[in-house]
Amino acid sequence: MTSLATARSAKAAPSPLQDRPSLVARARKRIRTANLPAGAVSLVWLAIIGIPLYALVASTFRRTEDYLDDGPLSVPSNPTFDNYQKVVDKGFDTYFINTAIVTVATVAIVVLLAVPIGYAVVRSANRSTQMVFRFFLLGLAIPAQAVIIPVFLIISKMHMYDSLPAVILPSAAFSLPVSVLILAGTMRDISEELYEAMALEGVSVAKMLWYLTIPLSRSGISTVAIYTAIQAWNGFLFPLILTQSKEERVLTLGLYDFVGEFRVDAPGMLTAVLLSAVPLFVAYLFARRALVQGLMGVGGK
Amino acid sequence: MTKTTGQSRRSGPAVGRPGVIWAIPGVMYFSFFAVLPMLLVAYMSFTEWDGLGNPKFVGLDNWERLFSDSLMGQSLWLAFLLTVLTWAVQTPLSLLIGVWAAGYQRNRAVLSAIYFLPLLLSSVAISLLWRTLIDPNFGLPAQAASWFGIDNVDLIGQSNTALYTLVFVATWQFVPLHSLLYQGGARQIPQSLYDAASIDGAGRIRQFFHITLPQLRNTITTSSILMVVGALTFFDTVLILTQGGPGTDTTITPYLMYRTGFVSYEMGYGSTIAFVLVVMATAASLVLVKMTGFGAMRSTREGM
Repeated sequence: MTSLATARSAKAAPSPLQDRPSLVARARKRIRTANLPAGAVSLVWLAIIGIPLYALVASTFRRTEDYLDDGPLSVPSNPTFDNYQKVVDKGFDTYFINTAIVTVATVAIVVLLAVPIGYAVVRSANRSTQMVFRFFLLGLAIPAQAVIIPVFLIISKMHMYDSLPAVILPSAAFSLPVSVLILAGTMRDISEELYEAMALEGVSVAKMLWYLTIPLSRSGISTVAIYTAIQAWNGFLFPLILTQSKEERVLTLGLYDFVGEFRVDAPGMLTAVLLSAVPLFVAYLFARRALVQGLMGVGGK
Repeated sequence: MTKTTGQSRRSGPAVGRPGVIWAIPGVMYFSFFAVLPMLLVAYMSFTEWDGLGNPKFVGLDNWERLFSDSLMGQSLWLAFLLTVLTWAVQTPLSLLIGVWAAGYQRNRAVLSAIYFLPLLLSSVAISLLWRTLIDPNFGLPAQAASWFGIDNVDLIGQSNTALYTLVFVATWQFVPLHSLLYQGGARQIPQSLYDAASIDGAGRIRQFFHITLPQLRNTITTSSILMVVGALTFFDTVLILTQGGPGTDTTITPYLMYRTGFVSYEMGYGSTIAFVLVVMATAASLVLVKMTGFGAMRSTREGM
């Protein structure tokens, strides 16, 4: 009821707004005064996020003895790079390359499959493509964890167990529903007139996709690529269940295996944790806007 | 492929439209790796399989076992508790942070950039970070204990603190995503609504409850569904932080399924547990959608 009231007053608002801009300015100013409770919460949250991240970075430069004496929060007094050397020596480079392959391949499959689906869902006039959209909407509700046993069955029957494709194929599949929803959302915004103009010149359906739909839905495609890349880079369940040997190991699984090796070596463990996220941190540094938009877009409009 | 079914019969040129065939490869791919497994979960819940050879049909054995399995009952209760707790902690926090971060002030932009960082870490990395930080001998609690003179600081060694630790780590991991969703949602609320309310003399708190909250209805639903389904499948963190312990006190259903399937190699019974998970996740999403009228997709711009 109350929302109705505010909505109604909003409807009536435009005329006074135009007449008396100063009134709006004054009203806005009143709200602009410092919001103390929110400010306090924001600082507490900053500490909750910031302190562990500080401990994570600072610890990687500490010697194990120092860490065990001084605890996670002390400032590294005589910094060392030994931890990084140690982690790389344990085969981190192989895991790194494997993860990069998995990520690139997963993104490629998802984009290749999701773009035509989005195109068909948005542009097709026939009913069956509406069912395709609903199909993926329902697909969103299938949790990977809950179907991991049959996925294991399928992968082993295909003789792919313990290979990178065993990780890539299901990872791509479970990124598809979100990707289709995002792409359909972006592609819906392309105006009908543009298609009509192309049709006047006798452009084929495939060329319309290539020259019109894809260029105009670049933002959606990059959202999909970013979202899928983060999921693939950080994925743990599929590698855990579907690979075994050291040669096929990805970063997350490598980290998990370090638990045994670095049992009492906290700086070594934290260095591995930090290194596993370096590419995403670098990406964040250079493409923060795209990354943020990418994850915001997942929540839908 | 260039069929012209459904071309507009009105004026204007006949625009070629893609047929359903464009969607077929993707649909088949998804069916094979996601829909087929879901059907197989149902089938495999009636079989016995140790991971080698072929699943063997055993009728209702697994289901009979499920209903008399006290671990299953406990795991469902724990999963429920974890879901409710993570939702109740994360939603207000994400809402506050998200709405606050939606402002365009410079300091808010800087802090938001830092708040985002946990999103870049994998759940494995986050679990290992916290596992290290709360180590009873060399972690933060040990330090705090020496300041306050507390004895037992083994957070994951005691059943109630172990559960709260999981809730805390989940919050640390997921609030950044949800506050981002709320930030996006809050930025789409038309400024004119706030202007009008200010002129009517509504203060900040009333504006929050009468404009911001109702306008964020769809975001709240999306975020809640993600949280509930996420909590029901919360698994990586449990595996790394508590291994379901102490004893079985944090053995939530997805972890019980993992242990049954891939530690004891009872994949038939594991599928039975998994099937219950699928049903619960779907039911929870449907209930949330129904409750909030999300399915009808009512516009939040009604009456404007």
